Amino acid sequence: MTCTEFLAILDDVIDKSIAAETRAEIEVHLRKCGHCEVVLDTTRKTIEIFRCHEIYELPTEVSERLHVAIIEKCKKAK
Amino acid sequence: MPTIEPVAEQNEPHPDVALVERVRAGDVSAYDTLVRKYERQLFRIAQHITQNREDAEDVMQDAFLKAYEKLDQFQGNSKFYTWLVRIAVNESLMRLRKRRTGKLVSMDEDIQTEEGSVPRDFADWAPNPEQNYNQSELADILKKTIQGLPQGFRVVFVLRDVDGLSTEETAEALGLSVPAVKSRLLRARLQLRERLSRYFKRTTPAASEAKASAKGNGPLGNGVDA
Repeated sequence: MTCTEFLAILDDVIDKSIAAETRAEIEVHLRKCGHCEVVLDTTRKTIEIFRCHEIYELPTEVSERLHVAIIEKCKKAK
Repeated sequence: MPTIEPVAEQNEPHPDVALVERVRAGDVSAYDTLVRKYERQLFRIAQHITQNREDAEDVMQDAFLKAYEKLDQFQGNSKFYTWLVRIAVNESLMRLRKRRTGKLVSMDEDIQTEEGSVPRDFADWAPNPEQNYNQSELADILKKTIQGLPQGFRVVFVLRDVDGLSTEETAEALGLSVPAVKSRLLRARLQLRERLSRYFKRTTPAASEAKASAKGNGPLGNGVDA
């Protein structure tokens, strides 16, 4: 496997949608290629960081205000 | 070539189906439950598209109201949440269009860039690099990083990787093909990784350099495949 081939299936590797025989090829490639290993590790970490840190919090008071408005309008729309 | 693992069969109806049925029967409190369940995700999506807090609040409110009014059109072929996201995405784009006084706005804006589609930064990151920043610094870094992405990449990343929608659901919610979602997701992930590397890579380069050298550097850096 080449780096270009690895990069083409990077998403499948991250999403664990890889056939067993391809997985073995990937493991061989990663054992000899530090760059691809770093790209894989840090891309996984990128996803994890964005998943674990909410950057657009909806404040409780805003949520409550919107919530009341939505339900009131829904009742009127009936 | 890799194969896609089969999707587990869904024998159990999604819990939202029963709630939607109750709403259709006139139970507004069931809609209340759906709003509480999805308001944060919808707000997040609207923020990522409009990049404006007030617009995001309006979009969220309008999307929930529109979904309520159009509930008869919800066929149940897709998840309620996917259907809701599609409404919120359309509302967000309409809001942007208004702000830009009628200028065409679409999910395809600015996606022609090739920036970041090939990795350039191969420095390894520090362990738990986010811990080197306080909450507010980290939030600023993440905002700045994701806001720099083209809108069409940003929204695919958020739906797929933050919200956890499948590729197919993301395609449906955005009105895109599955290959388009896959292509945008890869480029979004790589561009975000590249941008975060500026903040998170090890301060002493020795470790990562040594690691790469020990293995023999691959081609992503020097143009020759390993």
